[in-house]
Amino acid sequence: MDLVKLYVRSPPAVIGLLLLILVLAMAASADFFYPRDPLALAGRPLIWPFSNPRFLLGTDNSGRDIAAQIFHGARISLLIGGVATVISVMIGITIGALAGYYGSWVDTALMRVTEAFQTLPNFLLLLVLVAVFGSTITTVTVAIGIVSWPASARLTRAEFLSLRNREFVQAGRTLGLKDMRLIFGEILPNALPPVIVYASVVMAIAILLESALAFLKLSDPNVASWGNLIGAGRDVLRVQWYVSAIPGIAILVTVLAVSLVGQGLNDALNPRLKSR
Amino acid sequence: MRVLSLAGRRLAASIPTLILILIGVFLLLQLAPGDTVDAMMAQMGGGDATTARQLREFYGLDLSVWAQLGNYLWRLVRLDLGFSAIYGKPVATVIAERLPATILLMTASLSFAFFFGLILGVVAARGVNKWPDTLISTFGLMFYAMPTFWFGLMAIVVFSIYLQWLPAGGFEDITVSYTGLRRTLDIAQHLVLPTLTLGLFYMAIYLRIMRGSMLEVLNLDFVRTARSKGMDETRVVVRHVLRNALLPMVTLIGLQAGTMLGGSVVVESVFSLPGLGRLAYESVIQRDLNTLLGIVFVSALLVIAVNFIVDLLYARLDPRITTGS
Amino acid sequence: MSPILVLDDVSVKLPAGGDRSHAMEKVSLALAANEILCVVGESGSGKSMTANAIMRLLPGGVTIDGGRILFEGRDLCGLGEAEMRKVRGAGIAMIFQEPMTALNPLRSIGDQIGEMFELHTELSAAEIKARTLALLEEVRIPDPALAFKAYPHELSGGQRQRAMIAMALALDPKVLIADEPTTALDVTTQAQILKLIRDLQRRKGTAVLFITHDFGVVAEIADRVAVMSKGHVVEQGATQAVLGNPQHAYTRQLIAAVPPLKAPPPRALSSEPIMTIAHVSKTYRTGGFLGRGQRVTHAVKDVSLVLPKGATLGIVGESGSGKSTLARCLVRLIDPESGEIRLNGIDLAKLSREEMRSATRDIQMVFQDPFASLNPRRKAGEAVAQGLIVHGMARPEALARAKELFGLVGLDPASTERYPHEFSGGQRQRIGLARALALEPAVLVADEPVSALDVSVQAQVLKLLAELRERLGLSIVFITHDLRVAAQVCDLVAVMKSGEVVESGPIGAVFGEPQHAYTQALLASIPGREFGKGQRLAEEATA
Repeated sequence: MDLVKLYVRSPPAVIGLLLLILVLAMAASADFFYPRDPLALAGRPLIWPFSNPRFLLGTDNSGRDIAAQIFHGARISLLIGGVATVISVMIGITIGALAGYYGSWVDTALMRVTEAFQTLPNFLLLLVLVAVFGSTITTVTVAIGIVSWPASARLTRAEFLSLRNREFVQAGRTLGLKDMRLIFGEILPNALPPVIVYASVVMAIAILLESALAFLKLSDPNVASWGNLIGAGRDVLRVQWYVSAIPGIAILVTVLAVSLVGQGLNDALNPRLKSR
Repeated sequence: MRVLSLAGRRLAASIPTLILILIGVFLLLQLAPGDTVDAMMAQMGGGDATTARQLREFYGLDLSVWAQLGNYLWRLVRLDLGFSAIYGKPVATVIAERLPATILLMTASLSFAFFFGLILGVVAARGVNKWPDTLISTFGLMFYAMPTFWFGLMAIVVFSIYLQWLPAGGFEDITVSYTGLRRTLDIAQHLVLPTLTLGLFYMAIYLRIMRGSMLEVLNLDFVRTARSKGMDETRVVVRHVLRNALLPMVTLIGLQAGTMLGGSVVVESVFSLPGLGRLAYESVIQRDLNTLLGIVFVSALLVIAVNFIVDLLYARLDPRITTGS
Repeated sequence: MSPILVLDDVSVKLPAGGDRSHAMEKVSLALAANEILCVVGESGSGKSMTANAIMRLLPGGVTIDGGRILFEGRDLCGLGEAEMRKVRGAGIAMIFQEPMTALNPLRSIGDQIGEMFELHTELSAAEIKARTLALLEEVRIPDPALAFKAYPHELSGGQRQRAMIAMALALDPKVLIADEPTTALDVTTQAQILKLIRDLQRRKGTAVLFITHDFGVVAEIADRVAVMSKGHVVEQGATQAVLGNPQHAYTRQLIAAVPPLKAPPPRALSSEPIMTIAHVSKTYRTGGFLGRGQRVTHAVKDVSLVLPKGATLGIVGESGSGKSTLARCLVRLIDPESGEIRLNGIDLAKLSREEMRSATRDIQMVFQDPFASLNPRRKAGEAVAQGLIVHGMARPEALARAKELFGLVGLDPASTERYPHEFSGGQRQRIGLARALALEPAVLVADEPVSALDVSVQAQVLKLLAELRERLGLSIVFITHDLRVAAQVCDLVAVMKSGEVVESGPIGAVFGEPQHAYTQALLASIPGREFGKGQRLAEEATA
């Protein structure tokens, strides 16, 4: 396929894809390499990395295996990032499509709501939501989805605004197509590519938001989250800085992978921009 | 004058948004398990049901949700944010104490991100796909992908613990009471790492936008016109491309003001800065809902203020705004 | 006279991987002082590339790989970048097609013109301002002082192009390159700009290289003409000689495709109307707050017209005349505010959305832009079958019908499986036509259906439209800005200006003896209006 060919032409995109596969492989093999509960006591606390072959990446201040937490954390990050992104993009597309297609008061009302969400600092809203609904993995995921939709709504709306008066949409209308068919059959397939590319940004931000929440000890304490580990390592930062450093690198690599893949997709979809 | 009236109208249009936010968050907080009185009782180490009832009556918490909402909005009109039971002070006072640190941090980070994002974006676009571009874009991507709090911690490890160049946290040195210029310098020194931590992430975003926008504008017809006049590339960029390329970046600053304020919650926690963000975090932990609602109100006002400034700036940059097209 | 600019066997290489290796191959042209040389050709002929090559402002990856470009005896190809910059603007200046995008939207007109002096002279700020004002005066911009301070969006298209010309002529360049400078303008504005260029060129003795696709413009302005096709100059010579007695087959074919302005003999029209439009109005309100300070635009104002069965009613006018809004009112893409649109006795204007959806069977539309009017993600056959499916036909049946329709509009029925980007512009316009005809409508509304096409393709599509009209007994409302096209396809014509119909009647009468001053002005503005007439007469004599 052309898209694949265009994609693999760019080295950063390929690196991104490889990194993403690496993180996915870690998530998939977590139970195989570390079948025990990653949050259970495994050995002596604060073993430095590479000093004990049993704990390749050392142990944290409660004696839990860091490598196990990294592998299991990959699952949590990808799961929360992925599901939150789907929620966020779905809300965004629905609101953006309705606002952009119908215009007038529907647009005004929906954009007011979008503006309200953008005026309220998203992390603050996330704190409020977690304060109200508690911090289980489900509520955290849904909350992240809820605070991060406005940008994709704006993007979808902009696409719809430019597409709805395109001649092929008008042609569809003169053929007697109903609104829903025009929205889903004619406009949406054309509006989707930039939104899908943008989903990579949403996912990157979702992963960062979850880790920040976990760092502040406001995420689910019962799962192995990278952010939790960084938060725990903060207490021993002066000497055993590696407890915080290692999970941070894991987050960095994951977010980098997602962003590079998104950029690669974008360049493959708009080859014109790349070549100039 | 047209500029002011236009931005003023945008400002007026944000009042319904503000009300929408307050009503939404107020109703949301009604769903929270436990109210302020529960939190107070917990802090006092428990109490009997009668005291709780009397306290609820005192704070108007026994009324219906809608009556409470009405009361709250009416108090807001009179700029009364209520009383924080946890801090034992009016919420307005609590917030006012914490506001300067946040505003300083925001201004410093935003200026840093804007200035360096702009310059690096231009440099990258000028040498597109050559080594400066690759270098800048790679670093930009790294800063973008780094969790800010992690960068903050690592910066503390390097600059405060090992090199001991900069303080690890706090707003100023409280062991000595400096005044005047000495105090300003002390605060500035304390703010270097937090500013970098918050600013680098946004710099990464701005530089990417600036680079893309520069490349876009460089392809427009009027750039060809400028070249056909016999203008050299530097002048083309400075006199024709820059201002046009700045517009999307300025828009983005307005759109992201809220996100940036949200980011300060984390950064203030990392560096133990007594700011609004940390106050928000503390009031979530302590279930001080009155203060939390007050913070929501004040942060929304801050974001609206930033957007007002952005509108003014945009109108100065783009004559099409004020003269209609 | 010795030529001032000479292109000697110039070749321009395109980046690898395109559909051809060179944009220009061994192009030789010579331009003398005080003459206008028109380079004419269809899209992709390399005519614009010629302009860019002379200025050495080629897009990335495109390079000059052979020949010499001599300006005042110096080879521009060998010049350093700094030397070349001194030539640009001062020696050779350029004006462009789209004056809106060719000017920086954020800087004032005076500022942008003054920049020419800043770059190439040592004049003081006050002198620059005085010179700029004088230039604006010279290009006859109304109120030069105001235009000096204005931003591009505050001027009209014609005024912007005047400002561009002022800028280009600021330093009295020896050569002016004009790349389709009037293509984006209305016909009356075009006439004024052509006259301005001609006058200034005569007065200053400038050599003008004028690039255009329009033979009318060539006939109007050129001293000499060079015809380009696929990167080659196929023919060049004095305008009279080339237009009157073209030697090359391609030139002959191009000239034959230009529709003559004189209407063919009238056809007999049915007395039975199929559609009557009575007192249709549409206004737009923009800006303002709660009704204060609103601007009201009468896009369509009290229009009444009758379309007889089997006839073609042309609606002509310049941009902003309301002709497209009227077309969209007819198919209810826009809801008219008042008035009746009776089709077969039913008033379309009063139908609900739901009723209109089924009434669309009887009235269909063909759109202007062959690239925007087809959904890029839908196969061509599906696009044509879509209407049939919506109106209740089973999918396989509808797809089979689409194949028949492809045959009807002269496309390969096997190509229904292809996506729109695999078709050329003319072919896409045929698909659009097939889509509209699928529902077997009584009335076809065609909104500028050939404006985006090259002249030879345009002739083919117009011919197809005429055939279909005969075969299917179609009644057509034909919207166009091009009076030549209108003259060829329409039985009746209505001339619109500012939302109103100023004159209407049989095309021969309206074009032959225009009554309204605006119609007269419009007809008088058509470039090269004598061109093509003689040819038609000659054809009639031989017939």
